Amino acid sequence: MHRKQATQLLPQTRMGGPMPWIIAIMVALVVLATGGALSLNRLASTANDDLAGSITVQIVEADPAERERQTEATVRLLEADRRVAAVRAVPQSELDALLEPWLGEIDPAAPSVPIPALVDARLVGPASEAELLRLESLLKRDAPDARLDAQADWLGPVFAAIASLQWLALVLVAMLAFTGITAVWLASRNALSINAKTIEVIHLLGGDDHQIARVVQRAMRTDAVVGSVAGFVLGLLALWLLGSQFAALESGLVAGGGLIWLDWLAIVLVPVAACAIALLTARFTVLLLLRRPV
Amino acid sequence: MMDSDDPIVHLDNVGLRYGTDKEVLSGVSCSLDAGRFYFLTGASGAGKTSLLKILYLAQTPSRGAMRMFGTDMLTIPQSRLPEFRRRLGVVFQDFRLVEHMSAYDNIALPLRVAGVRERDLAEPVEDMLSWVGLEHRARAKPATLSGGEQQRVAIARAVISRPDMLVADEPTGNVDPDMAMKLLSLFYALNRLGTTIVVATHDLNLVRQMPDATIMRLDKGRLMDPTGALRYPPRAERPAGKRELYDRAMRPTIGFVKADEHDSGDDSVAADVEAAEKRGWEMP
Ligand SMILES: Nc1ncnc2c1ncn2[C@@H]1O[C@H](COP(=O)(O)OP(=O)(O)OP(=O)(O)O)[C@@H](O)[C@H]1O
Ligand SMILES: [Mg+2]
Repeated sequence: MHRKQATQLLPQTRMGGPMPWIIAIMVALVVLATGGALSLNRLASTANDDLAGSITVQIVEADPAERERQTEATVRLLEADRRVAAVRAVPQSELDALLEPWLGEIDPAAPSVPIPALVDARLVGPASEAELLRLESLLKRDAPDARLDAQADWLGPVFAAIASLQWLALVLVAMLAFTGITAVWLASRNALSINAKTIEVIHLLGGDDHQIARVVQRAMRTDAVVGSVAGFVLGLLALWLLGSQFAALESGLVAGGGLIWLDWLAIVLVPVAACAIALLTARFTVLLLLRRPV
Repeated sequence: MMDSDDPIVHLDNVGLRYGTDKEVLSGVSCSLDAGRFYFLTGASGAGKTSLLKILYLAQTPSRGAMRMFGTDMLTIPQSRLPEFRRRLGVVFQDFRLVEHMSAYDNIALPLRVAGVRERDLAEPVEDMLSWVGLEHRARAKPATLSGGEQQRVAIARAVISRPDMLVADEPTGNVDPDMAMKLLSLFYALNRLGTTIVVATHDLNLVRQMPDATIMRLDKGRLMDPTGALRYPPRAERPAGKRELYDRAMRPTIGFVKADEHDSGDDSVAADVEAAEKRGWEMP
């Protein structure tokens, strides 16, 4: 049967006032949750790549001359090691800048607190436990006060937090989908009961359930498309606002949170999926509710 | 699919009860031949609408057997009902016009349901509108039509798709005698084109106009058929030796009045009905 005729079987009202809004809010929230989760994912994997082979050596020694000597020895030994790709002693000025927020301006002539020297190094492979132990014993003789840490270790809790945030986003998306399906179900059921008398007449004149499902589906289609597009725009706007807030921090880590095209594809799929789910739910609801004994 | 000699409807010992109440139809057996004209009469509450509901596939009998168009209606899947309903035209006792649709759209509804294209609709719908004298009310919603006008829309909707069988429940209840005659002649014309017609009515005048019609009379849910026109199998096919037995078995449930087997006078049907009323619809 032709679509246009099917629509003339029931009054051409839309699903009702709140339906496009409900769909818009759902889509906006899902876009936001998806965008956030994907951003976190990018961020975590970029950070992981950067940090996987990085180690920091601290030379904790109160005497500045001894500290200087051990630092030089550390740099020399590490540079000589063939499994170390790059070594850099963090200059004093950088250290001061790092600590300034906590300790205030430091007088280089008479530092009130002994500050450890730092040497950053990047390994060829990942900074595994065994690798750290090997380097520690390498430094033991010439730089007894050196302490090695894999940078990834410091960020362990951060990665764990990111993982749980991603789970949270997934649960959120699932809950929003469930709520959306429920809303469409209720609206379709409502449409059926409002038009119960007409539907009975259509049945008696030989109309079948699929014709009625098409009418309800068509009414839902308008609402779903309007709601999804509006929600998508809202969600993107929110994502962009959040993104620019983070970008303002100019943190190296957050800069890695940029989404690649695959992520954008997933985000664009959100309103498309929302429309499809709304239409399928409407159809399924009608066919299920109309299937009754004669 | 169906032999041309096959009855269009065959009911065998059909009973109907709503919920757990007592039966409103019991032991109804009849066979309606394709192309004939039937009147269904009986007092208010006798079960006319209930029997028609079974015929227009809105109600499943609670017992008995039922064949229509050569198909067993009690065992077909629900998904096949629409295809049979589209072969029927129905005038509901309460019209059942769709409130939000104009007279035009109500009349067009069966064609739209059957998938007729929009540009092929206008002509038949306008024809029907003028047939029932409502061209000037085409755009009116049912609520703004008089009772008789609504009834005419309901009739136009029932006949527009040229159904194999037309089932009309008190189709002239709300119109003046002239309009009633006009509508009857519409049914007659349709009948001439081959449509089987079943009309439930109280109106003996109407019955009197159709001397060829077979009259079915319901009395407290039982079908009276004193001369056996509604019997099944058709008389000719009945095994000769068992005829007596068959007649005796069917006697309690079937009754009949048939116009053309008596005399050809104008008032023969009505006379039969009236005579039968006096006798209390016993067998002659
Ligand atoms: N849906 C229903 N539920 C319960 N009882 C019903 C229902 N419909 C009809 N009845 C009962 O069945 C009996 C037959 O009703 P029906 O409507 O078939 O009578 P009718 O011959 O068409 O009467 P009328 O000439 O007044 O239209 C009545 O006693 C009625 O009360
Ligand atoms: Mg009735």
